Amino acid sequence: MTNLPVLFVALPLAMGFLYILLLKQRPYVAEIVSVAVTLVLLLLALSLAGAGTFQDGYLVTSFNLPVGGWDIPLGINIFLDGLTVFMLIVVNLVSFAVILYSVNYLQRYTSRTYFYSLILFMLAGMNGMLITGDLFNLFVFLELASVSSYILVSFGVEAEELEAAFKYLVMGAIASALILLAVILVYLVTGTLNMAYAAQFIQEQGMNRALYFAFALFMMGFSLKAALIPFHAWLPDAHPSAPAPISAMLSGVVIKVLGVYAMLRVGFNVFDLGADPVFLNLLLVIGGISMIIGVLLALYQWDIKRLFAYHSISQMGYVIMAVGLGTSLGIAAGLFHLFNHAIFKSLLFLNSGAIEAATGTRSLKKMGGLAKLMPVTGVTSMVGSLSISGVPPFNGFWSKVLIIFAAVLAGRPVYALLAVIGSILTLASFMKVQRYAFWGKSHLSEKKQNSNLEAPLFMKVSMLFLAIFCIFLSFLIVPVLREMILTPAGEDLIRGASGYLARVGIL
Amino acid sequence: MIYGLCLILFLVGFYGIVVKRNLIKIIMGLIIMEYAVHLFIVLVSYQRGGIVPILQEGQSISEFVQLAVDPLPQVLVLTAIIINFGITALVVAIAIRLYEKYGTFDINEIRRLRG
Repeated sequence: MTNLPVLFVALPLAMGFLYILLLKQRPYVAEIVSVAVTLVLLLLALSLAGAGTFQDGYLVTSFNLPVGGWDIPLGINIFLDGLTVFMLIVVNLVSFAVILYSVNYLQRYTSRTYFYSLILFMLAGMNGMLITGDLFNLFVFLELASVSSYILVSFGVEAEELEAAFKYLVMGAIASALILLAVILVYLVTGTLNMAYAAQFIQEQGMNRALYFAFALFMMGFSLKAALIPFHAWLPDAHPSAPAPISAMLSGVVIKVLGVYAMLRVGFNVFDLGADPVFLNLLLVIGGISMIIGVLLALYQWDIKRLFAYHSISQMGYVIMAVGLGTSLGIAAGLFHLFNHAIFKSLLFLNSGAIEAATGTRSLKKMGGLAKLMPVTGVTSMVGSLSISGVPPFNGFWSKVLIIFAAVLAGRPVYALLAVIGSILTLASFMKVQRYAFWGKSHLSEKKQNSNLEAPLFMKVSMLFLAIFCIFLSFLIVPVLREMILTPAGEDLIRGASGYLARVGIL
Repeated sequence: MIYGLCLILFLVGFYGIVVKRNLIKIIMGLIIMEYAVHLFIVLVSYQRGGIVPILQEGQSISEFVQLAVDPLPQVLVLTAIIINFGITALVVAIAIRLYEKYGTFDINEIRRLRG
């Protein structure tokens, strides 16, 4: 247990480099190794969830490892708490499904080895962001994940993909510059880059103008990465243009780790603004606007992947809004929705990839009648659509109900109403997807209608795997599981900077 | 004061990205913006009459602490420069590929993605 969390970064990073050195001509080896690596990391993340001890009625994980033997604040530390473990499970679960899916899907691309090494770099970057306890290290891993995602968006080197990648890259580079500036400002004021010591300084000295400016820069940078509404322009281009497994990764986990996780960690644990009404209201307003505008824009779309991408904006709005309520229930509900969204949105993007591979189009108007031709894709996409629209008994229902409850209990009925409206519009837009793609009259050619369109084996396995999780995750609100995974994550946020310091062990 | 100049340089870069319609000029804006951030990092550790942060023989600790330059931001800026070098190389590569596909650097003509 002592040194194992290092593997979350070391294993994918080492494999990524080894692929380029050794396996250029043998992509099939890279496939097998990548699936094995992500499976190992997933099991490791799950085992971490069981490694804590029960205190105050929930599972407390706190694990502080100074890297290279230098204790903090001199060295860099790896730090795991409930929120980290929760996010590690989300990230590694989705990556496992996505890489399993890529084994079949990537057959029509060249230089597949590069794809696997890039996706492992992306995974290493995200895992690194989650486990690090150092602000500059956070920035470096953020760049590792972003740069690999820029390349992966343009992986097909078609005109649209390059255009989307350029847009994504420019926006991402602006965000990175803002975040770097903020990190240095924090260093200038507090004299340390370690999150815990910075938090301690801020707690003792209070916020001053430079720190508020740094925090504003952090918020802008992370909102750009999370594509919340005033900063969302790149997402509907970048996410649909990538190959389907990458769309699933980007929408499923990248915007959550690079945007939401980093924003919450910095806002709640470092700057200790968990009870600050301005910060919480800001989250509420941004979240509420994203929720409604995202789904309204989605209603007009006929490109299936673009439609899903707009829904990502809307669903991230739910998460941010729920966290902005600032209550224990609200934060837990938001994180629960984050997990659920990671699962069903990656499932939907994988479905869209299977459809695109079979029919050769992404336009809803040219599909139809696919439920009969592609039974597994049809059923799993039905599960995904019902989950995202919040229909019982799927996971999306429970998290949305919790969010609405939390909003009412926190005395914010307006936001509860907005959440309900957003949910109804989501349902409408997914009824459109189901109606045009899977039911109704087929617009495919005769030849296609008579051929076997169903996805190959590993794609089917991966989609079924995620669909099962759509149902299984409903059990996260059952007491024992909730206290093992969901409550610790929420509590670590709500306890703010002092909770963080206690976990790291400096007070 | 000098931090203010840094901010102005940053805004110049930002202006280039937002207003210019040519891919190469946008990339220039990006580079200027990143340089402004790097300059800021170096300025954080700047000290008039500063000395190397290595303790010399016969030097008192208090004098050393007062005069020595903080080495950390200089290490950070190296990392940041390398990262931004990678990003710049990538964005130029994408711009060249875009030119091959569209035959222009004008972003008004590079817009097949709509809606």
